Amino acid sequence: MTSYDVVIGLEIHAQLQTESKLFCSCPTGFDAGENMHTCPVCTGMPGALPVLNQRAVDLAIRAGVALECTINRRSIWARKNYFYPDLPKGYQITQFEEPYASGGHLEFVVPGSAADGSEDVAKRVRLTRIHMEEDAGKSVHSHERSSLDYNRACTPLVEIVTEPDLTSADEAAAFVRTVRRILRYVDACDGNMEEGSLRCDANVSLKPAGRSTLGTRTEIKNINSFRFIKDAVEYEIARQRECLLGGGEIRQETRLWDSQKKVTRPMRSKEEAHDYRYFPDPDLPPLLIEADTLAAVRQALPTLPQQRCDRYTGIGLALADARVLTEDRDVADFYDDACAAADNPKAVANWVINELLRELKDAPIGELAVKPQAIGELVGLIDKQVISGKIAKTVFGHLLEHGGSPAAIVDRLGLKQITDVAGLEQIVDGVIGDSPKQVEQYRQGKTKIIGYLVGQVMKRSQGKANPAMVNSLLQKKLADE
Amino acid sequence: MVEAAKYLSKSIAAVGQDLADGSVSSVDLTQACLDRIEATDSGEQGLNAFLEVDRDFALAAAEAADHRRQSGGRCGPLDGVPVAIKDNINVAGLGSRCASKILEGFVAPYDSTVSERLRAAGAVILGKTNMDEFGMGSSTEHSAFAPARNPHDRERVPGGSSGGSAISVAAQSSFAALGSDTGGSVRQPAAFCGVVGLKPTYGRVSRYGLIAFASSLDQVGPITRTVQDAAIVLDVIAGHDHRDATSSPQTLPQYSAGLAPPDAPLRIGVLDFSGAADGMQPAMTQAFDRAVSTLSALGHRCETVTLPHDAYAIAAYYLICTAEASSNLARFDGVRYGRRATGEKQALDLEGLYSHSRGQGFGAEVKRRIMLGTFALSSGYYDAFYGKAQQARTKICDDYRQLFDSGIDILITPTTPTSAYNLGAHSGDPLEMYLADLFTVGASLAGLPAIALPCGRDETGLPLGLHMVAAPWRELPLLCAAHQFESATAGGTNL
Repeated sequence: MTSYDVVIGLEIHAQLQTESKLFCSCPTGFDAGENMHTCPVCTGMPGALPVLNQRAVDLAIRAGVALECTINRRSIWARKNYFYPDLPKGYQITQFEEPYASGGHLEFVVPGSAADGSEDVAKRVRLTRIHMEEDAGKSVHSHERSSLDYNRACTPLVEIVTEPDLTSADEAAAFVRTVRRILRYVDACDGNMEEGSLRCDANVSLKPAGRSTLGTRTEIKNINSFRFIKDAVEYEIARQRECLLGGGEIRQETRLWDSQKKVTRPMRSKEEAHDYRYFPDPDLPPLLIEADTLAAVRQALPTLPQQRCDRYTGIGLALADARVLTEDRDVADFYDDACAAADNPKAVANWVINELLRELKDAPIGELAVKPQAIGELVGLIDKQVISGKIAKTVFGHLLEHGGSPAAIVDRLGLKQITDVAGLEQIVDGVIGDSPKQVEQYRQGKTKIIGYLVGQVMKRSQGKANPAMVNSLLQKKLADE
Repeated sequence: MVEAAKYLSKSIAAVGQDLADGSVSSVDLTQACLDRIEATDSGEQGLNAFLEVDRDFALAAAEAADHRRQSGGRCGPLDGVPVAIKDNINVAGLGSRCASKILEGFVAPYDSTVSERLRAAGAVILGKTNMDEFGMGSSTEHSAFAPARNPHDRERVPGGSSGGSAISVAAQSSFAALGSDTGGSVRQPAAFCGVVGLKPTYGRVSRYGLIAFASSLDQVGPITRTVQDAAIVLDVIAGHDHRDATSSPQTLPQYSAGLAPPDAPLRIGVLDFSGAADGMQPAMTQAFDRAVSTLSALGHRCETVTLPHDAYAIAAYYLICTAEASSNLARFDGVRYGRRATGEKQALDLEGLYSHSRGQGFGAEVKRRIMLGTFALSSGYYDAFYGKAQQARTKICDDYRQLFDSGIDILITPTTPTSAYNLGAHSGDPLEMYLADLFTVGASLAGLPAIALPCGRDETGLPLGLHMVAAPWRELPLLCAAHQFESATAGGTNL
């Protein structure tokens, strides 16, 4: 039976998070009513002309630099001509022969899975190019009519094109996740696949194992979640394999992922691409990116996720924890700020990952009442044994509700750990006196019953007794008598 | 009111004086223009200069101008002066049809920059003038609404595509008109109608709100009765516009204030067009020769020059402009504005909507050019046609650059090979009409400032136009040379 190599290339469209559109000053954003964010330029009115939004170029450069591309000093805007109602001018302004960024690559990890015991795999994918272009409007089809909303028309996009270096659906999904993370880190794109600010088309083909000639590829469009990337690509691989094994031929075509039926199906041939008749747009001068602009962008770029992750593992955090912390730049920034207020990166990591993150519920971490310094302080208080870990959770609860400083909360609520021996001894003596049965059981050899006694001391001290000290005091006293 | 009619023959400069000293009001002047339009435009032999005249709109602007003047406001040279605007230049609230059925009923939702500037200068806009559909044509016969007529001989074309604008100025129903020039569409009708037409350097005047025909060639330009008037209008409409990325921040001289005879003898390049001798009307060649003599008599040095790649200009022009037009006109699809075809028996699918709307909405010449342009850009043909045409364009630009670098100040040619021809004369062969653009397309391809101005009449009294071209941004020396010629020949009547 023939064995096939899978060859996958991706085209990722990311919306740049500018305030205004690419060629006019209409606001971007989705909260307005239909066609409220439009003007003569982005609706292709007769006589309107495009004017470049320089901010979009800055964000595009960030994306290009973060993905290790060569940023071309000179690039050309081109018209891609075709007819569709969501394309107001009858052409899209894009970049064709001379894009602003060429080459590039991305190193990423395809996570292993506990389920099948597979390991993480490091992978490197080359990029072909990145170019800028304007988005089209949105069509809404109902039974009797189709409507057009041009709010999205002329939104700035970058299209990231990879070489066909990917070899599995898992790799494709991991790649897109990594790109998304990076674009979010550099504030180029918010990476929201559900809202469409990040979209992905996949080119899939199979070739007999070991052969160098590529097979016929199909393009899968309309993938708008990470789950669908994996599902659609896996389906298509299986479909092509079955076809080839049965002696059939793959037709070069564009297919849509149908997430209801979980299949890819061919687009109607009329929707297929025709000759786009690309030519340089005479309404726009060539895009020039000067060396000093480029240098300024490079300088201002934040540390990228992989480097940050490496730094965290370097200071002793577990890889899994480092990954969680660096998934979102805001969380990593929060973590760094918290660590600055404490001396225990592992403990801080614990609090952020295990207590804080689940409280987020889609809100940005910056909106929480609890501030990074407070977490740092909290860890410090535990380390200095001012409060126990259990009490710390109570304090944390208060911080979540009202913010503020842990030390102040501890004072106000009288939560300080009791550590003076005399005070503790008093309580311990009291418990020993009041629990003759358990004391007897302990002396009989049931040493585990000390837990009950410790619990009683904790109860009588409203949880403020230092458990370790209580334990050793009890043991001492019980041994003495 | 009838009295005011006597002011209609005046120049802007002269009537400005009359407005200033109160001899005539803007309202009376405007009414006189409106009456003149009504008297000349309609009827069987009507000139059809206008596609839309908005009396209330115009009179309101005239009243405002009079009011400004009475309140002692400082009024510029165009304040209260009635002007006409070509139908492809947006004036908010007025129709913009580009003389096409596909935009029938379309009202411009915003002002073009040039209209905005004219309004800010107090000009009174009378209405929108007739043109060849979407600028495609040299006779205004390709208007989808009505063929326009030359006021000197109503059996003849006024030229195009800015025919209506040239007619209005020549028939004295407006003091100035804006046209658009892509390959000669301001200069050629000016020549046919015996008035002045200026195409600025590409980028000198904003294209925002000019409905695009060919983006790398289009420029808005004034049509007026005198060179000084053209300078006055240019002062108002020229200058950088941030809404047009091809608009230039190049320093803006003061044109009308700077008009003066050239202070040193000019070196004038006289184009050798012996290769085109066959198509030349003898009267045109003779008038041109007389113009050369006049310029020599004025002390300038006239020498024969050649443009080595001139022979490719028409072909390059018609490939580039149609390619750009095929893309610029894609937006006219019946979806968002303009005319949408409805199915006769059943609802149209998308392709039906497109093909019926565009099929019904576009005239034959427009379709011809869209198809030609689409072909020139298509896969497999791009390099041989569009690519090649752009290479030829580069060579043509180089020719002009070398010419002006060698010390030539002004290049002169006839504007057209003949005077205005009869309506219908070229309907059999579109190419014949294209070939007549041979003198004007070069300056369009090279983005150079160029002007057409009267230089005599042929044996039947039809106007003939001299064509002058200068280096980029040299509108002022161009206007000065033209102004001097105009004075020396009493507006082309004395050659």
